[in-house]
Amino acid sequence: MTLLLEQALNGLQLGVMLFLLAAGLTLVFGIMGLINLAHGSLYMIGAFAAAWVQGRTGSYVVGIVAGLAAAGAVGAAIEVTVLKRLYDRDHMDQVLATFGMILFFNEAMAMLFGRQPLMAAVPPFLSGAVEIIPGVPYPVYRLAIIVVGILVAGGLYFLIGHTRAGMLVRAGATNRTMVRALGVNIRLLTSAVFALGAMLAGLAGAMTGPLLSVQVGMGDRILITTFVVIVIGGIGSIRGALAGALLVGMVDTLARAFLPGLLKAVMAASNADAVGAGLASMAIFILMAVVLLVRPRGLFPAHG
Amino acid sequence: MRQTIARRSLLAGGATFAGTLAAPAIVRAQGGAVKIGLITTLSGPGGYLGQDIRDAFQLAMANDSLGGVKVALTVEDDGLKPAQAKQIANRFLKTDGIKLFTGIVFSNVLEAVAPDILEEGGMYVSPNAGPSTLAGKNCHRNYFVVSWQNDSLHESAGENANRLGHKKMYLLAPNYPAGKDAITGFKRFFKGEVVGESYTKLDQTDYAPEMAQIRAANPDAVFQFHPGGLGIAFLRQYQQAGLVGKIPMVLAAPSLDATTLAAVGEIAVGMDVTAHWNSDFDNAANKAFVAAFTERFKRVPTYYASQGYDTALAIGAALKGSKGDVGEAFRTAMLKADFASTRGKFRFGANQHPVQDWFGLRVEKGADGKLALVTKGKVLSDHGDAYAAQCKI
Repeated sequence: MTLLLEQALNGLQLGVMLFLLAAGLTLVFGIMGLINLAHGSLYMIGAFAAAWVQGRTGSYVVGIVAGLAAAGAVGAAIEVTVLKRLYDRDHMDQVLATFGMILFFNEAMAMLFGRQPLMAAVPPFLSGAVEIIPGVPYPVYRLAIIVVGILVAGGLYFLIGHTRAGMLVRAGATNRTMVRALGVNIRLLTSAVFALGAMLAGLAGAMTGPLLSVQVGMGDRILITTFVVIVIGGIGSIRGALAGALLVGMVDTLARAFLPGLLKAVMAASNADAVGAGLASMAIFILMAVVLLVRPRGLFPAHG
Repeated sequence: MRQTIARRSLLAGGATFAGTLAAPAIVRAQGGAVKIGLITTLSGPGGYLGQDIRDAFQLAMANDSLGGVKVALTVEDDGLKPAQAKQIANRFLKTDGIKLFTGIVFSNVLEAVAPDILEEGGMYVSPNAGPSTLAGKNCHRNYFVVSWQNDSLHESAGENANRLGHKKMYLLAPNYPAGKDAITGFKRFFKGEVVGESYTKLDQTDYAPEMAQIRAANPDAVFQFHPGGLGIAFLRQYQQAGLVGKIPMVLAAPSLDATTLAAVGEIAVGMDVTAHWNSDFDNAANKAFVAAFTERFKRVPTYYASQGYDTALAIGAALKGSKGDVGEAFRTAMLKADFASTRGKFRFGANQHPVQDWFGLRVEKGADGKLALVTKGKVLSDHGDAYAAQCKI
């Protein structure tokens, strides 16, 4: 039972991390109709900037700020220079151009920082473990990530649901042309949304530094999962991104933890481990297929 | 994605070509340099492994020659993608006319590429991957492995676990050929009980679920196989989960090399590793290699580097014996393994995989406060592999 609770916490932590990435991606996709494969690169840039600055200054907080700033700045820069030209093109052009950016950023990071993974230390005030479940020490740092994720989700909920800017974002996601016709500067709005999304991706990257190794290409892998999240949640919807991220985080973690064990009940142990691991890595895609079967537009579709 | 270094060697190749034109006819008649295609993983989590292999290989190429024979090296990044590596290999074979290949780090990549190279009559000398699928009845005349057969890494770790007195072990490895070889190899020699097994994803970097499973199983020790950046993430999370110091680790070389050690630091103190090479080996070849590598690249060589270096030396010895031919004569010369390995003793077994000694190492803090892998003793002597008997060459 404690194991299940601990794994659920792990799932929650993965979920909020995915949410930070998915939030930006889904808004950009929903409002601008842009498929931005380079979103994972922003995550990587955030992680590198944070780890590097933290290594130089010794301060975790300064590192996080640097990660946010770097991802936001690079995000704004690519939006102005490249992505703006892509909004009205078809998806294939967008995929090609943003895929090119992945290659560019990966090589750029390799040139700047080398191929050896960078390390960031867990800050002293967040190190150690607490027993929030009796008998199971859980890393404080992971709890902190969960808290930050929830705060960001709350902040976004307020921003999107209860402010004028948020209203425009929602309107833009529903009908972009109409919003423009009503005299709203949708270009400025999209730039702001893009920079916000980039900063959230940078935040996710900066926070993963002390957990995982910061390395070239780290964004590519998580990008696929992030796309699964926004497809499940419904493209363009923040609420959907949150639901999708938590669902994917839970399913992925619990499947990896418990599928091999469950399979042992029905097949030989040595096969169960390998088959279970295989099935577990498919679990989120199976989840996506099932969700799309039942609700073809995702759980919370943004467009009417 | 051609690497800078490849471009540089292309330029060097161009210069050599221009030089050849100017040289007397007799030199041209002897033909150009022997082309070597080095396909390796330079990007992603395994990026530094390929970098070490490439750098050490080039370190061994004094004046662009190996064993006194001029060579031209072309380096390409496979990105740990079998399909990408296949494309590169086919281009090397068909467009560039390369016959001699090396470099691949990961077994899944090698398994995809090796058949293409071997069917076209190419020669492959492995500086790292040695999957079981190519060691037994599918062994090949033109396929040599200088590093190891994958299983032996883990067989030595299993034997080491016995020696250290661990009775209950939890095993973890990524779900790919070398990962499965790891678990199989460990179990082949380990005599105690396996209380749990987890297969992780090869691109996984968050191991929180596995940490919880380990804690719940409460073994005497953990054996895990996660090469490169994966291992770094694993060890750091092992510490964050509060398991360091509670449940010891018995590892094979790929899970804790010099780079991993530098990255994880104090966490690794006291961990047991088995390897066929260590930077502190007391032989002339190794001392020269470690000194030269450290001076040129300003970092401690990993065993990947030692393998890249040994592979270059082995190819050099074979080219010397065959006078630059990459065919049957190369093969015959290669089999003699007439080079001074950084490991000391080295010979090829019946399946053209190494027969060598395995050592137990432990992470200790040196007098200068730096962490280092210290050789503690021999675990296995003249160890070949379980598949050699099935190989008919």
